[in-house]
Amino acid sequence: MMAKVTFIQPDHRRRTVEIENGYTVMQGATANNIAGIKAECGGACSCSTCHCYVETTWFDRLPPVEDEEAGLLEFAWEPKPTSRLTCQLVVTDELDGLILYVPEQQL
Amino acid sequence: MPEVFAVVGAGHCAGQAAASLRQQGFAGDIVIIGEEPHVPYQRPPLSKKFLIGELPLERVYLRPPKFYRDNNIELLLDTRVVALRRREHEIVLADGRRRHYDKLLLATGSSPRRLQVTGVDLPGICYLRTIADAQRIQPHLRAEKNLVVIGGGYIGLEVSAVAAQRRMRVTLLEVDGRILNRVAAPVISDFFVQLHRQHGVDIRCNARVLRFEGSERVTGVICEDGRIEADLVVIGIGIAPNTELAQSAGLPCGNGIIVDEYCQTADAAIFAAGDCSNHPNPLLQRRLRLESVHNAVEQGKTAAANMCAKGQRYAEIPWFWSDQYDVKLQIVGLAAGYDQLVQRGRMEEGGFALFYLKDGVLIAVDAINNPREYMACKKLIPQRLRIAPERLADPTVAMQDMA
Ligand SMILES: Cc1cc2nc3c(=O)[nH]c(=O)nc-3n(C[C@H](O)[C@H](O)[C@H](O)COP(=O)(O)OP(=O)(O)OC[C@H]3O[C@@H](n4cnc5c(N)ncnc54)[C@H](O)[C@@H]3O)c2cc1C
Ligand code: FES
Repeated sequence: MMAKVTFIQPDHRRRTVEIENGYTVMQGATANNIAGIKAECGGACSCSTCHCYVETTWFDRLPPVEDEEAGLLEFAWEPKPTSRLTCQLVVTDELDGLILYVPEQQL
Repeated sequence: MPEVFAVVGAGHCAGQAAASLRQQGFAGDIVIIGEEPHVPYQRPPLSKKFLIGELPLERVYLRPPKFYRDNNIELLLDTRVVALRRREHEIVLADGRRRHYDKLLLATGSSPRRLQVTGVDLPGICYLRTIADAQRIQPHLRAEKNLVVIGGGYIGLEVSAVAAQRRMRVTLLEVDGRILNRVAAPVISDFFVQLHRQHGVDIRCNARVLRFEGSERVTGVICEDGRIEADLVVIGIGIAPNTELAQSAGLPCGNGIIVDEYCQTADAAIFAAGDCSNHPNPLLQRRLRLESVHNAVEQGKTAAANMCAKGQRYAEIPWFWSDQYDVKLQIVGLAAGYDQLVQRGRMEEGGFALFYLKDGVLIAVDAINNPREYMACKKLIPQRLRIAPERLADPTVAMQDMA
C-alpha cells in the first residue's frame, strides 16, 4: 500500500510523492530528492533537519509527539505548533493525502 | 562526451555526494564504485535497530535502488578499485577494467582495526562494520549463550546492549582503565558502566586479551587473569582510514587522506571525504579525522559542491549519538582539551547533560536523554560563548536564555 504525500516549498511549488506503508515520510522525501529535507541523522531523531509544518487539518490526525521529538522540535529552525519531524511519521493508509510545508531553512 | 564524475566507495558519504551532485545541477555522468554488494547505506543501525531485528534491510539503505536509476547515477557494486592512474585520469578495477574520470571523489571510509592475537581467525569471532558483518552476528544472538565483547567504545557498548536485551550472558573487556576513555569524561564512563551492570553486563577494565581458544569455533577468551567462556566474540577496538588507494597513487596521507577545507587533495581533480579524510576545521582550529555520519554527510555535500566549482568551505561543529537500551546519548563538539566540567540535571530526574568548558568557553556537551540541551548546544557551541557555569548547571535557567 502507498500513501500520497504532498510537500509544499516556501516558494509554493508543490510535489506529490508516493510512499510505501512502513517507511517514514522522511525516507519518502529523500528517496525523491525533495528540496529542504536534509535528514542528516538518517532518522535517528538526532538532528531535526527533517522538520516540516503539517497542514493544520492534518496535524490532529497524526500520532502524538513523543518527548524526544518534542525536545528536538523546540530547537528546530522556527518551530510552530504544527511542527513535526518527518522521520518520526511512519506511513500508513491513514496518511494518504498528507500535506506538509517545508520550512525555509533547516538548522 | 559528457563529463564523468566518479566516486570510489559506496558508503554514506558516497550516497550523499552523488545526490548532492545532482542537486547542484551536475548533468554529466556519475558513477559510484563500491566493494560491498549494497546500495549506499547507513551504518548506525548495524549496532542498534538492525542488529536487534527491528529494522528491515531496505530501511537501512539511504535511498531505494530506484533513486539511482531515476537520477541517472550508475552503480558499480561488488567491485573493488585496485589502483588510480592519475596522469591518465583512470580508475583500475579488480578485474582489470578501466574507467575514465574527469573528477574523482575518494569516499573509501575506514576498516576495523584487527586484534593481533593467537586464534583471532576462529569462526565465531567477528568485527562489525558492514551489513554482512551484522548478518553474520545476528543468528548467534541467542538467549543464555555467552558473548564476549572486546573494546569499550560506542560500538562495543551498543552490541553489548543489544545482546543483553536478547538475554545473552555478556562480558565486555576493555584494555584501558575505563570505557570510552578516548571520547568522554569519567562521569559518562561511570554512567554507562552502571547502566550496563543493571542489565547484567559484566564490564571488566584493564583486561588484556592474550589469545582465543577453540577448534571448530571459538569457545573461550584467555585474559591475563583467566578464561572466559565464549560462544561469540565481537571485536570493536577502533578503526583505521582506508588510504591505500590514495597512498599508492602518491597522494599525501597521514591519519587519513590529506585534504584542504574544500575536500580537495593535492591533485586538483581528486577529492576525499568522510571517514577517510584528514581535514582542517576552522571552527575547531585544527586538523582532524572524524568517524561520524554528520561528517560523512556534510563533507559529501562540500566535496560535491566543489566538484561543481562552487568554492564551498567545510566548517562544521561535529555531532554524534549512541543508543543503548532506552538511553540516548547525544554529543555536540569535541571534548578534547577541556579544563572544566559542569553537570545539569540528574539521571534520577530522567536525564542529564555534561558540559565541557575550556578557558570558560563551552566546547562540547554529552546529553543523556536530554534532547533540549543537545539541540541548544548545537547553536551555542559554534558561537564560542563564555557561559557562567552556575547558569549552565541551573535547570531553572532555560537553555534558550544561555546566549
Ligand atoms: C556499527 C557502526 C555504528 C555506527 N554508529 C554511528 C552513530 O550512531 N552515529 C554516527 O554518527 N556514526 C556512527 N558510525 C560511523 C558512521 O557510520 C561512519 O562514520 C560513516 O559510515 C562514514 O561514511 P563513509 O562513507 O566515509 O565510509 P563508509 O560508510 O565506511 O563507506 C566506505 C565504503 O567504501 C568502500 N571501499 C573502500 N575502499 C574501496 C575500494 N578500493 N574499492 C571499492 N570500494 C571501496 C567500503 O567497502 C565501504 O563500503 C557507526 C559505524 C559503525 C560501523
Ligand atoms: S532525520 Fe534527523 S531528526 Fe529526523
